[in-house]
Amino acid sequence: MEGSTQDNVISALKEKYEDQILHMDTPYNFLTISLKKEKIVEIIQYLYNHPDTKLQYLTTLCGIHYPELNQIAVMYQLHNLATNTRVRLKIFLSAENPVTPTITPIFSGANWLERETYDFYGVNFVGHPNLKRILNVEDMIIFPLRKEYPLEDQRREDKNDTMFGR
Amino acid sequence: MESTSIQQGVTIGTKPEGYEGAGFFATSLDKVVGLARKNSIWPLPFATSCCGIEFMATMASHYDLARFGSERLSFSPRQADLLMVMGTIAKKMGPILRQVYEQMAEPRWVISVGACACSGGIFDTYSVLQGIDRIIPVDVYVPGCPPRPEQIIDGILKIQHLVETESLRRRDSDEYKAMLNKYGME
Amino acid sequence: MNVNQSVIEQEKAGEKQYSYLNLGPTHPATHGIFQNVLKMDGEIIVEAEPTIGYIHRAFEKLAERRPFYQITPLTDRMNYCSSPINNMGWHMTVEKLLNIEIPKRVQYLRVIIMELSRISDHIICNTIIGQDTGATTGFLYLFQMRERIYEIFEEICGARLTTNIGRIGGLERDVPQKAWDKIDKFLIDFPIAFKEFSNLLERNRIFMDRTINCGPISAERALNYSFSGPNLRAAGVDYDVRVMNPYSSYEEFDFIIPVGTNGDTYDRFMVRQEEMWQSLSIVKQAIEKVKKEPAGIYSARVPEFCLPPKEEVYNDMEALIYHFKIVMGETEIPKGEVYHCVEGGNGELGFYLISDGGRTPFRLQFRRPCFIYYQAYPEMIKGSMLSDAVITMSSMNVIAGELDA
Repeated sequence: MEGSTQDNVISALKEKYEDQILHMDTPYNFLTISLKKEKIVEIIQYLYNHPDTKLQYLTTLCGIHYPELNQIAVMYQLHNLATNTRVRLKIFLSAENPVTPTITPIFSGANWLERETYDFYGVNFVGHPNLKRILNVEDMIIFPLRKEYPLEDQRREDKNDTMFGR
Repeated sequence: MESTSIQQGVTIGTKPEGYEGAGFFATSLDKVVGLARKNSIWPLPFATSCCGIEFMATMASHYDLARFGSERLSFSPRQADLLMVMGTIAKKMGPILRQVYEQMAEPRWVISVGACACSGGIFDTYSVLQGIDRIIPVDVYVPGCPPRPEQIIDGILKIQHLVETESLRRRDSDEYKAMLNKYGME
Repeated sequence: MNVNQSVIEQEKAGEKQYSYLNLGPTHPATHGIFQNVLKMDGEIIVEAEPTIGYIHRAFEKLAERRPFYQITPLTDRMNYCSSPINNMGWHMTVEKLLNIEIPKRVQYLRVIIMELSRISDHIICNTIIGQDTGATTGFLYLFQMRERIYEIFEEICGARLTTNIGRIGGLERDVPQKAWDKIDKFLIDFPIAFKEFSNLLERNRIFMDRTINCGPISAERALNYSFSGPNLRAAGVDYDVRVMNPYSSYEEFDFIIPVGTNGDTYDRFMVRQEEMWQSLSIVKQAIEKVKKEPAGIYSARVPEFCLPPKEEVYNDMEALIYHFKIVMGETEIPKGEVYHCVEGGNGELGFYLISDGGRTPFRLQFRRPCFIYYQAYPEMIKGSMLSDAVITMSSMNVIAGELDA
């Protein structure tokens, strides 16, 4: 059952966007597809409308920073509530200037998730209705979840590093 | 007059030191005011997270804060005597907390409930204020993550002791003004 | 010129006067700290602009610095009204990554604890709806029952609210007899108190007038906003993770998923009410199932990944080595990418974990249901009265800790 619905997604995707697929895998029985970044919104719209897939529920969306590759991945997790098919789509953007179009016209729920990804990683979602920081203060200049930024506040003076190693 | 057994067991407040005679009782004004204030504190709950839920339990029927004369919550800072800061204060929230404190009228007391409010707790991160005493003066700290309702009540009793024994002139003293100036307040 | 005409003409000329009202971040009606700037036309809300992030604590960044077993206390502080569900959701995620088989008895024990904490979560939400509509009695009455649930948790793990219950692979110790006694007593007393609470509000004319058609959302919009949990079910979609992706042997239990029709405050209230009855029945079934399992098993006992008991550490060489390895982060953690979700108090609580084989997760994202559905709030209160906005918010059960991560 699980396998067959996943096959539907794969065949539907291969039908039209075979050239866009970079990598496909099912870790822990969860279909994960890495895609080229150019047509991601088109593909999500296609999977939303396609009668075999109907991935019409956005479970989550997040960024992942890969410092060695100097890339930021954006992960979209879609769900078909009728057949219980879950799919994870990934695109990879350059860390210097991560830009990708928004999916808010398809999913209203992506609005804050994209803002959060912008806040944490600086991914610029083109066409987003209100792309500004959501959790952090607006005058923050760093993107805190990127690996190069430390967790702790660097302006603390009361912590003695010789006694409590960080 | 014969009193019932329930009335015998109840003490409304301990009588302060003073001189007593037929029909009169003389004591200092400090002590009378302290006694009155102590048993009618209006807290302003500044509940942000988990500790706020434990405060709800403290307020509710099981632990019943009303026993200590503090059941009247004042959500307006202008009428409140006691600011109860419960939960993590993020840097984004810091200026608001300070504004609330500045809006309160003297005399005012602050109790910091929970590890996060006292020191930042486990959240030693870029977004969390490492203890509210960096922006406002604090009278009583209640440790715990979150503290049990009994601990919160204990903190309130400590505040009551401070209120009772505070001199009426303390808020006009130079030390107090210097302390406020340290926080950049008038 | 009568008043209506003047208003129409003002509108035509673009002169209509709106007032702006700042609701929050420290407002008694907001149960947590979120700010809403409301654009008001008289008492009607025209627009709302929510601002969040007032207790942003950087959970996801913190999680990248901590070994797996130390992330459990972080999950506690997310949805602090139902901490055990978060704890166990995280444990199950790691178990999925490590391919640990969990004994049946442990799974049933987890079900009991999770369902009790679901009851305590829904008690808070529903009594607060009552509180906000002016019925304080229910709040004072059911909170007594909530204390009883906390006492059960105290017997099991020693903490009330932020429980840190269980370990990777099971529970840290067996559920003591005292806890079983308290659960039995709770199962007798709670239905009586809860029935009275239901009688107070469910068919109460004033309460119904106040909540029906207040803050409604259609099923289509709710799905488009990625709603989940009781709020989605109130809109009429029977999506429940416990049924769709059963975890911890939920497929063996017999329970129904209550659904509403309008997705308004009354439906959300009623869905939560019914879920409490269902949780109660699940707890009863689970107790029966636990009795049939061999006693004394409380953990999968995978020594490579879950800390051995202290007595063994002191007396057994092997246990000491494992203890050292786990604490120093020298165990082999497989590389992988896992998503696991549980039905939290507010909906689908997901953990998306990427492990690169290191001591700590490479990336851990929490799918926080509150954060996702709270963005529909401006749409839900548009055109309603100010006082309706307050009870809409309390019926959505927005938990600030989960919202702001």
